[in-house]
Parts: sequence; C-alpha cells; structure tokens
Amino acid sequence: MSTGEGKGMDRRGFLRLAGLGALSAAAVPAGWDLLKPGAALAAGAGAPVAGRRYAMVVDARTGCPDGCRDCIGACNTTHNIPTFADEPDPRRHELKWIWQTSFHSAFPGNEQEFAREDLESKQVTVLCNHCQNPPCVRVCPTKATYQRPDGIVMMDFHRCIGCRFCMAGCPYGSRSFNWRDPWPRNAATGEPAKLPNPEYPTRMRGVVEKCTFCSERLDRGLQPACVEACKEKLLVFGDLHDAGSGVRALLKEHYTIRRKANLGTQPQVYYVIGA
Amino acid sequence: MIYDKGKIFLGLAIFVALVASPFWYNPVFGTGKTAPPEPKLPKTATLCVLPKAQMRAGHMQVIYDWRETVVRGGGRMYRHPDGVEREMSLSNTCLKCHEGKKEFCNTCHTYLAVKPFCWDCHFDPKEQA
Ligand code: SF4
Ligand code: SF4
Repeated sequence: MSTGEGKGMDRRGFLRLAGLGALSAAAVPAGWDLLKPGAALAAGAGAPVAGRRYAMVVDARTGCPDGCRDCIGACNTTHNIPTFADEPDPRRHELKWIWQTSFHSAFPGNEQEFAREDLESKQVTVLCNHCQNPPCVRVCPTKATYQRPDGIVMMDFHRCIGCRFCMAGCPYGSRSFNWRDPWPRNAATGEPAKLPNPEYPTRMRGVVEKCTFCSERLDRGLQPACVEACKEKLLVFGDLHDAGSGVRALLKEHYTIRRKANLGTQPQVYYVIGA
Repeated sequence: MIYDKGKIFLGLAIFVALVASPFWYNPVFGTGKTAPPEPKLPKTATLCVLPKAQMRAGHMQVIYDWRETVVRGGGRMYRHPDGVEREMSLSNTCLKCHEGKKEFCNTCHTYLAVKPFCWDCHFDPKEQA
C-alpha cells in the first residue's frame, strides 16, 4: 500500500496482469505454495516423535512441604492462567492445569479406616493424566483435543467450540472452562492487562483448557515448568519408552498407583505412595 | 391510469436514492479520499519469510499454516528458502521484526475493517511489556 503499485493502471492492464499472474501460478509449482497447507513449510525441530511415551511420576511419599505451591505458580505464570485472586470467590471461575487435592479426592476407593495417618492431612499434586486411552479425546466433536504420537493429550485452543463434552468425559476434573474472558481487556484498545508471560498466548471465553505437559517447552528441549519449579524434586517427567529415563527408574524401584486406574483410561501420571 | 402518481414516483425516487447511497454518499458528503494505510516496516530486518508481494496477499494463509503445523504437531521451525530457520510464531517471530501490532498489523486491518481473531488470544509482546 505504501509503494503505490497499481496506480494509474487501467482496467485492461489490470486484467492482463491478473491473467499473467494466474498463468504463472499454474505453470510454476512454487506459485501454489500458499494454497497448499504446509507445502511451504519445512518440518523441523519440535515435531512429536512417534514411539515416545511421555509420563510423569509424582513422588507423594513425604508429601509437599506445607503451603508450597511452587509448581502451580510456575504453571500459572508460564501459561498465563489467571488466579482471580481479587475476586470475592476466586474458585468460581478457577482454571486448573495442576492443583492439589486431598488423598481421598485423588484416589477415591482407596480409603482405609486405619491407613497411614499422614495420608489424611497431606495434599496430593494432580494434573491431567495424559491418559493413554483418553475419554476426552473420544468425545471431542472437533478434534480440538487429540493425542499426539508421543502420548501427550494436546489442546488446540483454536478449534475448541466450548461444548464441554470433554469435561463430562474426563473422570479426573482435569479440564477447566473459561466462563469469561480470562484477562480483563481495555475496552478501547482490546488489549488485555499485562500477561505474566507475553510469549505465550491466552485463551478466550468459551474455550476449555488443561495441562499440555508443556509441549511448547518440550519442543525447546526444556522440562515442564512444574518439574523445573519443584525444589523438592517430587515431580519427575520423561519418556517411558526410554529404559534409562528417570521415570522408568522410579517405576522400577517403587510400587506406584494411578488415579482411578480401574476405569481403563491408562493414566500416565504415576504416584509413589510408599517406599 | 395511476392514482397518486406524484407520491409513488417521489417514493420510488427516494427508494432508489437510498439504495444507491453507497455510491454517492462519499463524493457528496465525504471529506475527500481516505489516505491509504501506511504500515511501518521493520527498520533493521530485511528478510521476511516470503517475498513482500506474497506476504501481502497471503500472510493469513502463512499464519494459518504455521498454526496448524505448530499446534497439530508438525514441528515449530520454518526453513526459509535460503536456509535461515525461524520459529513459526506470530508473537515471537513476526512481531519481533515488525514494528508492532499497532503500527503494522492494525493499520491495514483498520483500513479494511477486518477483525482477525488472532488477537483474541495472541498479543504483541512489545505492547505487553
Ligand atoms: S469443549 Fe472444546 S475440547 Fe472439549 S470436547 Fe468440546 S470442542 Fe472438544
Ligand atoms: S486426565 Fe482427563 S483431560 Fe487428561 S487425558 Fe485423561 S481424560 Fe483427558
């Protein structure tokens, strides 16, 4: 627009040029690049690798130090998840990717009258289990949530229509709905308030969100933000198909349980409960 | 024989004038030509991911391709025809070179009255800072 091309061109000239353009587009394969999705792109680093199976082992033997919420804070900051802290009831619109809950809520059916007493009081860290057999994926009508070949149950926020089938399908409450715009916006400019991480997008009203195992960080060779943030090193992330991985070592060494494993969802978050 | 000929033709004339208003409103009441948008171009960067003409006509398709590739698992890196690699990212690649959303993207979008929904969730890190 700034170059002023096309100025003074008459109708005939325009048609001639347009015809030439169409011809050259048909003759030169490169001309079609824009029309073929992905054709102009060379696939590079960061593509999910088939054959991997990402999983997490949560060491819940000692429980988190009282009041520690480092993993949750890191996740909120990394993914621009608002806490609604200044609301009268912050839980009303709460968005949870990773959170803490009581042992009973995390593992219903495992209650025992005379179980270890500290289990009663300790909080368990829970998140999306990236199930191997994910009901959320089965029910999503738009494939907005889908399973990557490396096992991550991914969300495509662009494609979510907010039907909330997945929330009904997930037996773990791992999904949150944006009942309203997560970040207040300036009415005049449409810009949101300062985001904690300007390099990561937000979501909008009517979209479901959940943990993505930090796929964007994995692509850059980083560990998930929660794993990196835990000073106690209670969260371990890795590839179960790699025999030398930290997750495999923990699974080999300890007896672990999974949340509601009897449902057949094959959760990929494992909990070390006892020695 | 038409009853109320005068009223009918007056009504018709008003109707035609109203329907044709998009054609005459600007020449009659307009304040002259609207200045074409002048998006600010990057000062230092010279190499865009595609030639200017292609970007101008098809940047939405490029961005759409990037989105599908990144989110739906095809990888994150774009290889420039002459070998330079860039991350496929609206906020972190396009808007790192370009002046900013306000000075670059918005100028044409406002002129053409298009409201791309990219900006529902993606922002210009510079304007955020
Ligand atoms: S709310 Fe979104 S992600 Fe969930 S099932 Fe509906 S479209 Fe799929
Ligand atoms: S925990 Fe819920 S959201 Fe996550 S993969 Fe399993 S069913 Fe889906």
